[in-house]
Amino acid sequence: MSLVLFLHGEHFTAMGRPFLDRLGAGRDLHAPLHPGYDGTPPDPGFRSVDDLAYRYLDLLEELDARDATLVGASLGGWVALEMAVRDRSRIGRMALLAPVGVKLSGREERDFADLPFMREAEAARTLFHDPARWAPDHAALDEAAVEALALERQWAAWYGWKPYMHNPVLGNWLHRARVPVLLLWGGSDGFAAPDYGRRLAARLPDARFETVPDAGHYPHIEQADATADAVLAFLESA
Amino acid sequence: MMQVWHFSEMAYHPGWEFLNEGLRNVIPSRVYDPETGADLYHRYLDEWALCDRLGLNIMVNEHHATATCTTSVCTIPMAILARETEKARLLCLGMPIGNRMDAVRVAEEYAMLDVISRGRVEMGFVKGAPFEINPANSNPAELEERFWEAHDLIVKAMTTHDGPFNWEGRHYHYREVNVWPRPWQQPHPPIWMTVASPGSAARIGRKGYVIAALNTGYIHTPVVYGAYRESAAEAGIAAGPDRFAYLCIIGVGETEAEGKRRAHQILDYSRTTPRVQPQFFYPPGYSPAGPTAAMIRSPDRFIQRRDGSSFLMQEGTVEDFMAAGVAFAGTPAQVVEQVEEFASAVGGFEHLLMMGQGGFISHEDTVANLTLFSEEALPVISGM
Repeated sequence: MSLVLFLHGEHFTAMGRPFLDRLGAGRDLHAPLHPGYDGTPPDPGFRSVDDLAYRYLDLLEELDARDATLVGASLGGWVALEMAVRDRSRIGRMALLAPVGVKLSGREERDFADLPFMREAEAARTLFHDPARWAPDHAALDEAAVEALALERQWAAWYGWKPYMHNPVLGNWLHRARVPVLLLWGGSDGFAAPDYGRRLAARLPDARFETVPDAGHYPHIEQADATADAVLAFLESA
Repeated sequence: MMQVWHFSEMAYHPGWEFLNEGLRNVIPSRVYDPETGADLYHRYLDEWALCDRLGLNIMVNEHHATATCTTSVCTIPMAILARETEKARLLCLGMPIGNRMDAVRVAEEYAMLDVISRGRVEMGFVKGAPFEINPANSNPAELEERFWEAHDLIVKAMTTHDGPFNWEGRHYHYREVNVWPRPWQQPHPPIWMTVASPGSAARIGRKGYVIAALNTGYIHTPVVYGAYRESAAEAGIAAGPDRFAYLCIIGVGETEAEGKRRAHQILDYSRTTPRVQPQFFYPPGYSPAGPTAAMIRSPDRFIQRRDGSSFLMQEGTVEDFMAAGVAFAGTPAQVVEQVEEFASAVGGFEHLLMMGQGGFISHEDTVANLTLFSEEALPVISGM
């Protein structure tokens, strides 16, 4: 089985573990943490999703990957798209979980909810289908745990503040991502609506769009098994 | 010798009653009536112009998308006052250079003001309050870096007099920087910065600029001043008291009760400061993760009294703020005594930034406050 590279999203990285355990079982899974998220502040010159894309293209080369599978969640899905439009020679397929990165609407509309400027409770409702179960209770967590969440927010800003969570020209080059793509979307995603995913699928050369019921923006967190089932079925078919 | 500066935020207080928690960022401008606003602008400018006759200096600032401060462009009142006054020093504290994407324009504005005022400009550079990130849409995770690049570029632009130079930095790109006019003061107007943390105070200490602590009171002020002194000493800079400024609320009256009433009214400035939706206080990366996490867990803003106890900023009485060293109030003699005690407790400063107007205080009371202060307190305070 060829290599699987998982590219994590901007928030709640640690909560993706059960999904990764399913994805990695019996497979050559690589799930690096993005610079910053790994506890080491990135070099001052390393600060865009372009940098992440080149870094992981280098990684595929170092590993001499052939026919690799990219699985990317949100920000990680954006990184995968940036990789595929640059060099798809080592990429066999991509399963993208509510990827951001492409501007589809007009200048006075938002594709992605303005999370940093929402109240905590509203942000939780935006991100999760069942916030009562999944959104962290900041008052109940210890200081270190909230600090870890604050650091994830900091790196999300580092990579995606302006333009907000997208690359204005990525949409021009999606025709270059000529690999089979599964776009998997939480049916209750309030951060990037499922309709955004359908429109993105239509812009990609070979994409299939599916929704995961009872999940918000992070289906691999809220519905780890259902998401893993869908991704693994795609891996076997494509 | 102590200098005193009168500061006002040019508040649109008629809008304050409309929204409880949303005075900043989300408050719709339909709340603002331009006719009332024009009257207020002229009133506040008159109060600053009065300072020129009273021997007080002038301080302006800027905030955005808020009813608490309608100085959205700090150089506009500076420009009006540069022409309308003759003696007062004009301090802008300050220009949020990390949120203004055109640093060369900042250099041009300050240089022009310095020449028009014949060298009376004091040039403040600030990072800006956390809730300023939202209207600026500047990346909070790289604000510090952008701030210092803007600083470097502005200083170079004001001090280069032999034609264009190249600047291709991380945040600012100009291939032909050539600022006209050159400033009146050489090599450039004095630089001021505000501080909230010992870390930023230390960085400013190495430059030897004037640092201003804003409403930091008895407990926190010595911490930031101390960090500044230490790093200035390491850099071989003699940090005399003229390097230190402190912003407070001052109310004076013929009686103690009248002075306290005025301070109480001005203190609505402090009480409205936290009337903002909590998430605007901690944009991601604006502060290190530790303090950010603390604000996520509990966004309430507390002020510490001198004895270490604390009170909620929105609810403080004039006595609370006095106990914290944030407000000085009473008769002129009492205020002199309070300022003296505070200055000696925090290690001394030579710039008293006096919020002599704020909140719902009337024009008549503001004029009386400034006049009485300048006649009876200023002569003593100047000698400190």
